Amino acid sequence: MNEIEILTWLRGPGLQISVALFALGLIFRTVQNLTIGMSKNLAESKGSYMMPGMATIVRRSLFHPGTTHRGYFTMIAGYTFHIGLLVTLFFLEQHILLFKSILGFAWPSLPPAIINITALVAIAALIAVLLHRIMDPVVRKLTDYQDFLAWILTIAPLITGYLAMHPIATTYQTALILHIVSAEVLLIAIPFTKLSHMVSIFIARWYNGALAGYKGVKS
Amino acid sequence: MSKQDNLLEILQRQGVSRRGFLKFCSAMASLMAMPPGTAPAIAAALSKAKRPSVIWLSFQECTGCTESLTRSHNPTVESLILGAVSLDYHHTLQAASGTAAEEAREHAMKEFFGKYLLIVDGSIPLKDNGVYSTIAGMTNLQMLEEAAKGAAAIIAVGTCAAFGGLPHAKPNPTGAVSVSDIIKDKPIVNVSGCPPIPVVITGVLAHYLTWGTIPDLDKHKRPLSFFGDSIHDRCYRRPFYDQGKFAKTFDDEGARSGWCLYELGCKGPTTNNACATLKWNNGTSFPIQSGHPCLGCSEPDFWDGGSFYSPLPTPSADVSTVALGAAAAGVAAGVAFGLYDHQKRKKAKQQHEKITVKDLDE
Repeated sequence: MNEIEILTWLRGPGLQISVALFALGLIFRTVQNLTIGMSKNLAESKGSYMMPGMATIVRRSLFHPGTTHRGYFTMIAGYTFHIGLLVTLFFLEQHILLFKSILGFAWPSLPPAIINITALVAIAALIAVLLHRIMDPVVRKLTDYQDFLAWILTIAPLITGYLAMHPIATTYQTALILHIVSAEVLLIAIPFTKLSHMVSIFIARWYNGALAGYKGVKS
Repeated sequence: MSKQDNLLEILQRQGVSRRGFLKFCSAMASLMAMPPGTAPAIAAALSKAKRPSVIWLSFQECTGCTESLTRSHNPTVESLILGAVSLDYHHTLQAASGTAAEEAREHAMKEFFGKYLLIVDGSIPLKDNGVYSTIAGMTNLQMLEEAAKGAAAIIAVGTCAAFGGLPHAKPNPTGAVSVSDIIKDKPIVNVSGCPPIPVVITGVLAHYLTWGTIPDLDKHKRPLSFFGDSIHDRCYRRPFYDQGKFAKTFDDEGARSGWCLYELGCKGPTTNNACATLKWNNGTSFPIQSGHPCLGCSEPDFWDGGSFYSPLPTPSADVSTVALGAAAAGVAAGVAFGLYDHQKRKKAKQQHEKITVKDLDE
């Protein structure tokens, strides 16, 4: 198989398989979570589940005075990484062309010079959180192999994508193949790993908030 | 011209000055990425070189490669180098036809056994015993295998001979393959392109005449000095790519301003060739310069890489329908599992036996 054949496969059947598994897996898990439902509450209450749940989704995403010094690092590095990743993913012209051909619509892109920075910032933040994970005794105790797996799966498309933009010690074709492979592996892995937090974090925060914010007796 | 004449004598007879010849040698040295000091060596070797016998076999092809090479920059040294080889068989260019033509080929193969250069354009059909292309009652496969036996080296000219090209494109009805799919025991140089750049084949010939060897090749057996860089890396429109300035249609402001053609389907980033540096028609222009995206014609299987006009990131198959189908299946499976869980819980509740005070008494 030569590069053009590999690229054509990755852009065709490879993309179909990975997008299908991603959509099927993530939507299945989300719908299954939602259909569990909550048991019927027979007692009359003063409040509801909905609003406190929604408020918690917002509140848990904000900086607040109770956050500890250690928490600040997690929040700042976490936000830096996520913003860097999402801007790189959704505002690079090449990516928008892909979304356009799948979704049917497009949006304005950012200049490559800015995407270079957001990609590098995301990579740097990922390295920082990995060091923190290894060095901090508390976080280290909470770490299992899946955290390293998620880290590798996430940083791989960023590094290979940067290489495709600036081929160093490789050709553009090779970097592009590695980039698409790593992105497709990531898509497939999302529903099966804790990377599915891209949806479940909202459900989990809502549920926590709904339980804590409920005013009234539960039957 | 007798076969004993050396190249310089032939060129001088055709009105090429020594100065013109030396200029050509320097250009060849720099084109092939040789140190400047090799130009005199090329001149010395070329001026003494005897006319090599060349047998040119045309198989499943469109004659575009021959057109490209014979209509190169007339009347410069490049075209004369082509004229200076002893082209003993080329069924488009030779005057003889029929049995006389085939005799010329057989004669050259016998007389210069082990020394002649074999140039091939076009792919070789293998399906149904190769009946889809025959010359003088011989299949292309038979003719190639026979001619390859006595060849010093083989130059596969054009993407069809190098990689199978258009006949090899899906569904490949004739079972077309490249020269290197068949011949394994001879040095092969692939000069790919649809058609290839004339000066590239002149360069390969000059290299062979000078050193008696074939040049350094890349993994697709293409001369590294011409195919070492991608069109994209050498493109004069590259700064626009780096700035994110793209022409969106063929007649918008971006197209008129000469911006990057990436979004119009340019395959420059995945194509290695020398178009952006050597250019075509005596260095006049190349496709991207005239406003058309690169098709990627010097890469294997470029016909099967999707539309020429869809950008590189575009999927090569329908992803939207697959994604929608998968999403619907995800919802259905989620609801089905949810209902199953509900049923299970309901059943468990029904089967649950409540303990009464009476039970505790016992």
